[in-house]
Amino acid sequence: MSEKIKIPTVAELVANNESPDFLFWVGCSGSFDDRAKKITKAIVKILHHCNIKFAVLGTEESCTGDPAKRAGNEFAFMMQAIQNIQLLNEYKVKKIITGCPHCFNTLKNEYPELGGTFEVIHHTQLINQLIRKGKIQMKGGGAFKGKKITFHDPCYLGRANDIYEAPREVLEKLDSELAEMKRSKSNGLCCGAGGAQMFKEAEKGDKEINIERTEDAIELKPDFIATGCPFCNTMMTDGVKYFEKESEIKVMDIAELISNAADL
Amino acid sequence: MIQIIVFAVLLIFTFSFFGWNIYKVISNISMGKSVDRSDRKSERLKTMLLVAFGQKKMFQNLLPAVLHFFIYAAFVITSTELIEIIIDGLTGNHRFFAKPLGFFYVVVVSTIELLSVLAFIATIIFLARRNLLKVPRFHMDEMTGWPKLDGNIILYLEILLIFCIFTMNGTDEVMLNHGWSHAHVDGNSFGFAVSSYLGPLLFEGLDQSTLEILERIGWWGHLIMVFGFLNYLPYSKHFHILLAFPNTYYSNLNNKGQLTNLSNVKTEVENMFDPNFDPYAAPPEGETLAEPERFGAKDIQDLTWKNLMDAYTCTECGRCSSACPANQTGKKLSPRKIMMDTRDRMVEVGENKRKKGKDFDDGKSLLGDYISEEELWACTSCNACVQQCPVNIDPLSIIVDLRRYLVMEESKVPSELAGMLTNIENNGAPWQFSPTDRLNWANED
Repeated sequence: MSEKIKIPTVAELVANNESPDFLFWVGCSGSFDDRAKKITKAIVKILHHCNIKFAVLGTEESCTGDPAKRAGNEFAFMMQAIQNIQLLNEYKVKKIITGCPHCFNTLKNEYPELGGTFEVIHHTQLINQLIRKGKIQMKGGGAFKGKKITFHDPCYLGRANDIYEAPREVLEKLDSELAEMKRSKSNGLCCGAGGAQMFKEAEKGDKEINIERTEDAIELKPDFIATGCPFCNTMMTDGVKYFEKESEIKVMDIAELISNAADL
Repeated sequence: MIQIIVFAVLLIFTFSFFGWNIYKVISNISMGKSVDRSDRKSERLKTMLLVAFGQKKMFQNLLPAVLHFFIYAAFVITSTELIEIIIDGLTGNHRFFAKPLGFFYVVVVSTIELLSVLAFIATIIFLARRNLLKVPRFHMDEMTGWPKLDGNIILYLEILLIFCIFTMNGTDEVMLNHGWSHAHVDGNSFGFAVSSYLGPLLFEGLDQSTLEILERIGWWGHLIMVFGFLNYLPYSKHFHILLAFPNTYYSNLNNKGQLTNLSNVKTEVENMFDPNFDPYAAPPEGETLAEPERFGAKDIQDLTWKNLMDAYTCTECGRCSSACPANQTGKKLSPRKIMMDTRDRMVEVGENKRKKGKDFDDGKSLLGDYISEEELWACTSCNACVQQCPVNIDPLSIIVDLRRYLVMEESKVPSELAGMLTNIENNGAPWQFSPTDRLNWANED
């Protein structure tokens, strides 16, 4: 980071009798995975640039329980959910922004019934709002001028929550060509990581799902594959490496593309 | 008079047998657990009108949608003819509505005829698509034997039905022309859109008694076909023509990403966190201790009635499986098979209950005897199957409930996932990182 951005925690703000406008729910990938941490930092740059008063839970954050629930262990999910909800309610959190569609889906859809009702938004939605309000200006003729970008719909943003347009609207603001894969939006093909598959070997088959999906993207000969999910990012990056195309095709999160284009 | 008696017996038999089958279907569906789908009525009605009546999701793929629509429209409007058939059959009339409805009658029958021609074309194309063109989704493993035959039987019957309609109307046109028809109408032609031309072309020159016999064959054939169809439905994938309506009405209206929260697990976990909870406490007076409910689903009784209605509604089109990332990369999972297995097991359990008493246990279950662990662990929960289904069936919720049983009741979980679950329980992350390192990224470059 060009300038060191101080990342406030909710605990620090509350100690000073303050509260954040947004809680930034970083997620496990965003906190621990080296590739996903870069996405986290890009989101932080954007929040900071737009003067959004945000905070993170820091060491108090814990897995939402999504992979446990999808792996069939409702107990592990419920332990996480109940503790997280208790903490979020103690801190009187109202709005949450997430960098991961899986966290997004769980916080938005599965927590309310358990007593945790928050306004949850995915970072691509927030970025879209900020661009619309003119708070982020793209520097023209930047790295993306004349480049071809294709967006891979994360299942937990797209089909799971019917969010297809926000990420595309954001990408249209880049000075580049937005190309659609043959399977996109509600027909989009999964990257292969959902439903806890991220944490296990695939079952026996003819092909890995991420290879099948990367083929869809490579057909378009894009310069960038844009993602909105750290798991998709990993799967697509591996797919591109499998075809030895990493020098031609970069896999980047929308937050990274925008923070680059706006020169943050 | 004999005709009337035969007709009446046939009618009573048809509807009693249909009634008995519907009773079985309803009691089979009722074996499922309760789930509340009585809310948001106007939204439900709208979903039903769009998805079932308007076939909105079919139109993702234009050609099959249009062809399917021809058959569907022909079916719906031909059903209205049943009213006249029943009146004619019971009273010995011939074309009871022809005179009182006049021109409107001609319009209705002509519409039936035009749609029948379109349905005929569609049926031929569908037969070719199913058997000659190798559309992959019609040739997956689960589509052999009865499911394959069932798909073809329906189409053959459809063709036979259309032949009967045109024999009936065509011969009647020729007879009216010669003044031999039993219909009480004036003029020398009904003016039906297709058979006023097709009739003379095919049947002109035949004598009166041959025409009368042909007309009766057409009428009775048509009738037997419709009555037969009605009773074939509950045994066939074709049942979707009726169940599509309730099934879409009772759709899951929540975001597709939202899985159910198990309330029994919630209670247990809350008790665990509650320092005042006494696990050995006697139940409050007047209440008996409820039998602990199973976690997840092992057999069809553990699924909801909506899961079971889904299973009956499935028409085995395979759009789910051809969109399934696991299936398309050669894994064993096929969401269509999940639905077919659920239906077959439900019918089996239902029959056992009726024949061998309600506590009969055949020692089998949906999980294990029908659906394997390998299929369940191939799912990415991506919702493509749910999205694609033209009648809003949800195979994913069954997959998740079966996984829950495997993991929570039998501790059968792939070893890598066991590691992931331990990590979540111990460090609050699916990987083995210390929670104290969670904010380290903030201080890294």
